Amino acid sequence: MTIQAVWFYIWGFLWVMYFMTDGFVLGIGVLYPFIGKSDKERRVILNSIGPVWDGNEVWLITAGAITFGAFPVVYAVMFTSLYTPLMLILFSLIIRGVSFEFRSKVEFKSWRKVWDGSIFFSSFFAAFLLGVAFANIFQGVMLDDDYLYRGTFMDLVNPYGVAGGILFVLLFVQHGLSWLCIKTEGWLLVRCERLAAKIWFVLTACIVIFLGLTWAFTDLYNNYVQMPVLVIFPAMCVCGLVFNFVSLKSKRAFRAWGASALVIAGAACFGLAGLFPRLFPSSINESFSLTVYNSASEPKSLGIMLIVISIFVPLVLIYQGYAYRLFSSKVTEKEIDTEEAY
Amino acid sequence: MDFLFLSRLQFAVATMFHFIFVPLTLGLSFLIAIMETRYVMTRDEIYLKMTRFWGKMFLINFALGVVTGLTLEFQFGTNWGEFSMFVGNIFGPILAFETTSAFFLESVFLGIWIFGWNKVSKGFHAACMWVVFAASTMSAYWIIVANAWMQHPVGYVMENGKAVLHDLSAVLFQEFAILQVMHVLSGAYVLSAFFVMSISAWHLLKKQHVEFFTRSFSMALVLGFVFSIFTVVEGDFHGADVAEKQPVKLAAMESFWETSTHAPVYLFALPDEENERNIIEIGAIPGLLSFLAFKDVNAEVKGLKEFPRQDRPNVLITSFAFKGMVGLGTLFIFLTGWGMIRRKKLSESPLFLKIMLWSMPLPYIANELGWILTEVGRQPWVVYGLLRTSDAGSAVSSPQVLASLAGFVLVYGLLGAIAFYLMAKHALKGPA
Ligand code: HDD
Ligand code: HEM
Ligand code: HEM
Repeated sequence: MTIQAVWFYIWGFLWVMYFMTDGFVLGIGVLYPFIGKSDKERRVILNSIGPVWDGNEVWLITAGAITFGAFPVVYAVMFTSLYTPLMLILFSLIIRGVSFEFRSKVEFKSWRKVWDGSIFFSSFFAAFLLGVAFANIFQGVMLDDDYLYRGTFMDLVNPYGVAGGILFVLLFVQHGLSWLCIKTEGWLLVRCERLAAKIWFVLTACIVIFLGLTWAFTDLYNNYVQMPVLVIFPAMCVCGLVFNFVSLKSKRAFRAWGASALVIAGAACFGLAGLFPRLFPSSINESFSLTVYNSASEPKSLGIMLIVISIFVPLVLIYQGYAYRLFSSKVTEKEIDTEEAY
Repeated sequence: MDFLFLSRLQFAVATMFHFIFVPLTLGLSFLIAIMETRYVMTRDEIYLKMTRFWGKMFLINFALGVVTGLTLEFQFGTNWGEFSMFVGNIFGPILAFETTSAFFLESVFLGIWIFGWNKVSKGFHAACMWVVFAASTMSAYWIIVANAWMQHPVGYVMENGKAVLHDLSAVLFQEFAILQVMHVLSGAYVLSAFFVMSISAWHLLKKQHVEFFTRSFSMALVLGFVFSIFTVVEGDFHGADVAEKQPVKLAAMESFWETSTHAPVYLFALPDEENERNIIEIGAIPGLLSFLAFKDVNAEVKGLKEFPRQDRPNVLITSFAFKGMVGLGTLFIFLTGWGMIRRKKLSESPLFLKIMLWSMPLPYIANELGWILTEVGRQPWVVYGLLRTSDAGSAVSSPQVLASLAGFVLVYGLLGAIAFYLMAKHALKGPA
């Protein structure tokens, strides 16, 4: 195994961590105006993600920084090619972040309505566009032999891309509902459970369709033909789905949430495993693609970053895990009444 | 308009906006950590009230710091593709350090601090703010190491037209970086001190919550006084380092054209870049520039004419930013020094309080001027001596950049205004 390949796995791991953690926050943002009926319920929902959302978002920043450090050419070419969707994702995340903070600071109804709306729209766009972006990466973009993107923004909004966007939104919504089942009680909880049971079917259908579309639009399956063990990733996805359904029915919210995380991890790994060793494939000509071999940093930098990552990421997992445990109980009234709460 | 110009403008807008919020995060976390520690040690409720009041201001500010940082992390790739490929080997490890060692700590422990009042012990709660303070300081260190490398590249070898890491410790501990970190941190503490003093002064002038704001004011005053002096003294070393490593920037800072010994400092000089001279020169202090740059009044200082035109930064902006920063730095010593004299009888010094109330914007301006000097003075290079800004851009089209730039101005303008409104509202309301 080459060090470049190791860095591909780490790169994939960071994206998976981001989707698993920020995924439920984005999903809750999408659900938020529909499922929270009163201001109090909405505050419960916001306070259920309040302690963790920022730490989750740092996985995105890390994925960005690691792309820069490990695959500078990908960092430059991918982000330049996807300029407009990336900017839209970033603006969405900006607006989402400040909306959490701003909403609670003024009591007026209309003020809160504005931020409720912006939480919904920004979460939806971020989730959808992330899906569009990744589907396009799986499918390949019009990259020429100078690593110049020959398409336009509208070329990215193609059927497979849109399917990816819808899939991401649904994945995140189900993940968000599972989290709310952990953190809420009363009528809100009942509503979440009922909705999760319904969305589950939509999500499952969407996953099946997406796997079919992947067959039609991409060559991700080539790797699976060559290395059949990779089937464990789609299998992870299926196990997660089943487990999510069963746990929701038996009201084991934690397991349901873990299971929906598994679905996301399985889905993301499914795509990434098909991509390897490419990071940013060209749809014009296979040989114009960016791969781990033609875009990686020098071994020395990769080696140093490997040390950095292997020291700090386990630590992060420990204290982030601690924070999740600390805030794993239902959101209480007392919690909402502290001054700093959302 | 060409995309390069737009990209530069966009980067300037985005970083300068980020740096409105960053210094307050760096300094106020320190003050709040002290307040809360005092509360834990003395159980004096007033310190708890101070923690919560200033904490709330801190959180609004922090939220903006976080979201504006997010775009920056990606902008090297979106707009500065050639630059990214050139520096990736060096920046990569540094940014990996920054995100994994600092940003996670900062955000996770602040989350515990905000929502953990009833979940963790008082001592641990205070410790969380210390972690936030330490982590934000670390993040400042890492990103400034990256910036210092652009100012003065070290520890690399050139391979296939890009810089490849050769000696990491040379990059991490170079003098330029250490001086820059100390200068930025002390500037941030001055800013935070003025922030606290200004809001406190407003309430003290109205004679409300006197005990609360007298204590807040005094704490901030000590911090402000110490670091006003530190910033200026340390800035002097920083300047000497620039003289050695970026002589053309030094000449531009002083708008100094002719190489000479006994080089003077002008209190005011208006450069005329077309004709390579100053139109107006007022208040020459002979030998001072030689002394400041090389600690010797007889030393020879290189003038701008020594350098080809295409290697010079914009003299007007660089020199005005420098003079403005230094002027303000000197003013801060006077203001905080005056405050130290009147420290025991603040309530009887309405004139002083009024001046402090209106002084809040000044350190913000000084901090931004400092960065303008550093970054504009580095031009036309993006990596000093190695990569020109004109060769550093991405292959994006102007309309795309124009659209995103408009987005930045619009969104940031709006968010900035709202954050300002919320902070002002909270500040004027006073502690609950
Ligand atoms: C001197 C300090 C300093 C400087 C020069 C910069 N930053 Fe910054 N940054 C911080 C000091 C800081 C901080 C104090 O750590 C922040 C500010 C507010 C905050 O919440 O953390 C932060 C936040 C912050 C975040 C969000 C972190 C989170 O979610 O917790 C990112 C991604 C960046 N920054 C990235 C950058 C980049 C790419 C910069 C260079 C152009 C940059 N910052 C300049
Ligand atoms: C937060 C404080 C900072 C401020 C206010 C700031 C300000 C600016 C300004 C005004 C410019 C435009 C200069 C010009 O084009 O004439 C610029 C450019 C740039 N800066 Fe900074 N900067 C900051 C920190 C940093 C850091 C920490 C880095 C790197 C780690 C950095 C990297 C760059 C790059 C790559 C450019 C674009 C190329 C260029 O125009 O030279 N900046 N910055
Ligand atoms: C007499 C006082 C001061 C002197 C002699 C001084 C000196 C300097 C010098 C030489 C630089 C440029 C370094 C470079 O180009 O890389 C600089 C940058 C800067 N200054 Fe100052 N400074 C003074 C006061 C202040 C004050 C009061 C503040 C803010 C409160 C401040 C904030 C900054 C910042 C943020 C930068 C940019 C980052 C850096 O390069 O360190 N300075 N200063």
